[in-house]
Amino acid sequence: MLELLQRVFGREASRTSKYLAKERLRLVLMHDRMDISPQILESLRADLLKVITEYMVVDEGATEIALHRGQGSVALVANIPVLKMKRLPQKLKN
Amino acid sequence: MGEALVITSGKGGVGKTTTAANIGTSLAMMGYRVVLVDADIGLRNLDVVMGLENRIVYDLVDVVQGRCRLRQALIRDRRFESLFLLPAAQTKDKTAVNPEQVRDLCQELEKENDYIIVDCPAGIEQGFRNAIAGANKAIVVTTPEVAAVRDADRIIGLLEASELRNPLLILNRIRSRMVKRGDMLDVEDVIEHLAIDLLGIVPEDETIIISTNRGEPAVLNVNSRAGAAYRNISRRIVGEEVPLIDLEANGSFVQRVKRLFGLRTG
Ligand SMILES: Nc1ncnc2c1ncn2[C@@H]1O[C@H](COP(=O)(O)OP(=O)(O)OP(=O)(O)O)[C@@H](O)[C@H]1O
Ligand SMILES: [Mg+2]
Repeated sequence: MLELLQRVFGREASRTSKYLAKERLRLVLMHDRMDISPQILESLRADLLKVITEYMVVDEGATEIALHRGQGSVALVANIPVLKMKRLPQKLKN
Repeated sequence: MGEALVITSGKGGVGKTTTAANIGTSLAMMGYRVVLVDADIGLRNLDVVMGLENRIVYDLVDVVQGRCRLRQALIRDRRFESLFLLPAAQTKDKTAVNPEQVRDLCQELEKENDYIIVDCPAGIEQGFRNAIAGANKAIVVTTPEVAAVRDADRIIGLLEASELRNPLLILNRIRSRMVKRGDMLDVEDVIEHLAIDLLGIVPEDETIIISTNRGEPAVLNVNSRAGAAYRNISRRIVGEEVPLIDLEANGSFVQRVKRLFGLRTG
């Protein structure tokens, strides 16, 4: 019974215009803020590479990073060719 | 040395002029020396909201272009002798002045006044750049609607890019009944997205329209809920700690907001 009530109310909440507005606002702000400057994207690329190169050798020149917008979502897509894996400390078994 | 606050929003019609008039009047009621600057050149409004439209002789453009002295263009309010209005020009457009001129003007005004309140035009073009040029602090006004919040977000980005860091938010025209039944964004939703500090919330209130009809800002009306909200906002501006106005009249709303933003209450 309680579950049913919760389901009913839960569904109600997600159908209110406030909920819709909030969701639309989230997406619209995300899209608006995607319009970031090439300098910022470049600094994100440099930071990412700094972390990744601790684990593997990558082709930094061929690395591509971009934000892609889809229907109702945004993805950060990175294409980073790996040239070589570093020898990482083996995971200890216990 | 005074402080220059610019009231801005991006989107038009969300309550910038109403906010400038009420904050300015309220600060003057508290005894501060205040100059309201109407930077909406070509679409002057602040004079009407203040009820001072019949007393304009010179305007901001006359001052900047040297046709009169600053002192001559300032209109003293008839209710408070420490309150002044520098009206916008109605027949010119925003290209009649540039940001450097407005910056100099604000610096001049800061010498003899406690607060300079600049009413910014809508938009992100030259009128906006003129209005923010002399400000030390920005107040962003928005309403609980997707388009208005989106424009506020854009404005916040532009303010920060122009070194006006940490702008403060006023959320105007909240209807608590609509919020309660799930048909309006509430203050938490807006703050969560914009990630800036809240200066205050103002309810949707008919007394704003009545006040505007009369040319008497709502802060002068003790029975106006919006007026009370603006009086609280003004006290926060001068550094007092004032709890958020209770829109639901049961306390829980204020409690929730306080918890959420860690606001201290006085
Ligand atoms: N809290 C409120 N309750 C009811 N009406 C309001 C409220 N705030 C503003 N209004 C009304 O909304 C209208 C627009 O307000 P105002 O002129 O202050 O906006 P603005 O942002 O200065 O507009 P613009 O961008 O054109 O300069 C006015 O008619 C005003 O009376
Ligand atoms: Mg206005």
